[in-house]
Amino acid sequence: MNFTLKVWRQKDAQSKGHFETYQVTNISEGTSFLEMMDILNEQLINEQIDPVAFSKGCKEQHSGPVSFDHDCREGICGACSLYINGRAHGPESAVTTCQLYMRKFKDGQTIVIEPWRSAGFPIIKDLVVDRRAYDKILQAGGFISVNTGGVPDANAIPIRKENADKSMDASSCVGCGACAATCKNGSAMLFVAARVSTLALLPQGKIEAARRAKAMVAKMDELGFGACTNTRACEMECPKKISVSNIARLNREFLAAKLKD
Amino acid sequence: MADKLISHIPDGPLSEKWTKHKAQIKVVSPANKRKMEIIVIGTGLGGASAAASLGELGYNVKVFCISDSPRRAHSIAAQGGINAAKNYQNDNDSIYRLFYDTIKGGDYRSREGNVYRLAEVSNNIIDQCVAQGVPFARDYGGLLDNRSFGGAQVSRTFYARGQTGQQLLLGAYAALNRQIAKGSVKSYPRHEMLDLVLINGEAKGIIARNLVTGEIERFGAHAVVIASGGYGNVYFLSTNAMNSNGSAAWQCYKKGAFFGNPCFAQIHPTCIPIHGDQQSKLTLMSESLRNDGRIWVPKKIEDAKKLQAGEIKGSQIPDEDRDYYLERRYPAFGNLVPRDVASRAAKERCDAGYGVNNTGKAVFLDFKDAIKRLGREVVDARYGNLFDMYKEINDVDPHEEPMMIYPAIHYTMGGIWVDYNLMTTIPGLYAIGEANFSDHGGNRLGASALMQGLADGYFILPYTIGDYLASRFKEPKTDINAPEFVEAENAVKAKIEKLMSIKGKKTVDAIHKELGHIMWEYVGMARNEAGLKKAIELIQALRKEFWSNVYVAGDTNVFNQELEKALRVADFLEIGELMARDALSRNESCGGHFREEMQTEEGETKRDDVNYMYVSAWEYKGADVEPELHKEPLKFEFAHVATRNYKD
Repeated sequence: MNFTLKVWRQKDAQSKGHFETYQVTNISEGTSFLEMMDILNEQLINEQIDPVAFSKGCKEQHSGPVSFDHDCREGICGACSLYINGRAHGPESAVTTCQLYMRKFKDGQTIVIEPWRSAGFPIIKDLVVDRRAYDKILQAGGFISVNTGGVPDANAIPIRKENADKSMDASSCVGCGACAATCKNGSAMLFVAARVSTLALLPQGKIEAARRAKAMVAKMDELGFGACTNTRACEMECPKKISVSNIARLNREFLAAKLKD
Repeated sequence: MADKLISHIPDGPLSEKWTKHKAQIKVVSPANKRKMEIIVIGTGLGGASAAASLGELGYNVKVFCISDSPRRAHSIAAQGGINAAKNYQNDNDSIYRLFYDTIKGGDYRSREGNVYRLAEVSNNIIDQCVAQGVPFARDYGGLLDNRSFGGAQVSRTFYARGQTGQQLLLGAYAALNRQIAKGSVKSYPRHEMLDLVLINGEAKGIIARNLVTGEIERFGAHAVVIASGGYGNVYFLSTNAMNSNGSAAWQCYKKGAFFGNPCFAQIHPTCIPIHGDQQSKLTLMSESLRNDGRIWVPKKIEDAKKLQAGEIKGSQIPDEDRDYYLERRYPAFGNLVPRDVASRAAKERCDAGYGVNNTGKAVFLDFKDAIKRLGREVVDARYGNLFDMYKEINDVDPHEEPMMIYPAIHYTMGGIWVDYNLMTTIPGLYAIGEANFSDHGGNRLGASALMQGLADGYFILPYTIGDYLASRFKEPKTDINAPEFVEAENAVKAKIEKLMSIKGKKTVDAIHKELGHIMWEYVGMARNEAGLKKAIELIQALRKEFWSNVYVAGDTNVFNQELEKALRVADFLEIGELMARDALSRNESCGGHFREEMQTEEGETKRDDVNYMYVSAWEYKGADVEPELHKEPLKFEFAHVATRNYKD
């Protein structure tokens, strides 16, 4: 398969970015999207090494290999991101970019590749963004306050299977940032709600649920993420299908906390 | 030098060693902990749990990771589960049984004292994780559920769907976040350790590259903990994450820390087969699938040929024409034999021509019978996400057609040599989790990596590091302007400058791929003397080529992923050679290390306990100088040493 790629290039946070256009050829259907990016980068580097022998891709001067975040390539670490043809993690639903395969595209198609665009995630270089804001939100309260050691036996407190399963559903969030990047308000509510729900559904986490919800929402607001207006775009684009029902649960916890104030 | 290799295993009965040791080692008072600094490299299960626990104790911790967030560490990708000797299933499990299974699974090449302690603290880990809010699988009664893993005849594996590593890491990361918020831990994401700094022979700090700005920075501490994982990516294609690397551990080796059992690498039997040369990464299918999936190839070579040509599908071959070779060869354990055994058996069938895909390098993992026995719903509840992942990658539905799998590099049992306190041969330098060599011998059992990472980080290191620090609380904070720091920083800068200035003709990935081919061919699933000697020559030549003909794109003092890769590949080119040397020196087959010269008539591993019952610990002697092999003899006082038998 052959593709035309329009890729966002940006030297650093301060510089203005631009699109560059490249051709990639002979891509097999079973190649993953990020492997296709690897192939593109090999091509771009080889063009720098020997412009004559490798001048099949980008005809003009280009900015060298494209920087993008990626790591596990199994859809679990949450490192990969990318807006592909205007959609977070590309056209498929319920997969991360690294689990997207080229058979999902048409031969000869033009593919536009951009970084997350959200006030909360400043660009570092090309397609790489700074997602430390998500860490900071979790640092504000996304934990249960127990130290190592001195805890009860694991079976001391039975937990309804239904609740454990729902907690697990919410805990599937990989922290990739697609929700905030997709939201027209740049809200990180789905991310916050997933963590709040994971813990609030368990007896161990119930104890500080109210404090947690308040602290995490306050931090999210402080870091410049927008408000949730229930468009549900986040749920649509979430690679782990985290349900917006978690946002309802967050709102309940949040209200309960406010009422206690 | 050999006197450095003292394991410090306490005397006395197995079950009292750790208790006795804890009572004897020194502790640091809370007021003095506040004055002390510890550096932790890596934020996987080992690093995150250690950094969080040390922070809770009151130490000042600096934790480093190469990713944008500590949560991305590759522990997150562990699927199947974590072992513990809880005996919640009433199937006669015990600390001793977990200890024994681990020693036996490791083919009697690990230390009894360490392994027993691991089994002992395994139960605390589950308690801790539940208290942190890890949503383990539960039964309708609200209690925790278990499943079985390879190398065990009991159900002792706790799990959270096929995402156990993720959930455990989120627990440790949450504990870490709590300490970061409190200020006891300072987090340095997108930072890569490029050298270890020694002052008077003790570990006192690191040189790191800020991956965003490209700046080279100095960090000092009273002790340094390496939790940077394994070096499986030396093979280029592996189930490790793309950025997983052996460089932090390797810098320690080059600064004097001995490297233990480098040739012990684990090849995981259930990975998605290689599809072509455009591939960058192999995907693991959890070992938990072997609970219900049955592994087979055709009995008739004609059927295999048709499968290879794509003329028929696996589902069309009737039961009587299928060779369930693991059940046939190992009736007592069946599909749940340890990973090394299952991997070699798959290779044996494929080498004999019975492979089932177009490359001839795949076997079937079939859920037909499980779906018939349990129903589709139950199978989906257990493995749904794995089935989805398989379908996404291969465009084949495993409900309809058997999965195709093949072995791939997954984990390295070898690592930095440590004593019972998890301290390396460099005072003040510790290694935990996959980065050390200590607990898995020649082969790690499934669901034991998570156990070891968390055991080291939550429950062992926080105690043992106190013993070292207790006599050093009067030492002032490490001065990062000391000449040792300046020298190390200059050396790192010179190395980077040299790499960037080569401007040769080959890309970093191209050379890494070549290294991977050499490693897989000669230092892979089957090794022999001639091949290993050849591998050493080929790697040396490739290393020479790298340093004269590599092209590293981009600039030095900016975000540059090509430079990051180049620095790691430079180290892989040295690690690979040490692996080959170690494999050559160990003329026996044990665990994942299979020397073709040493096999039984049935093709099983043949250990040589008379000559090789030791841990090999390699000492760096300088660039392009042969390293020196030291041997730590292994004594088995409690476990009965026998040939591993998974047949009856």
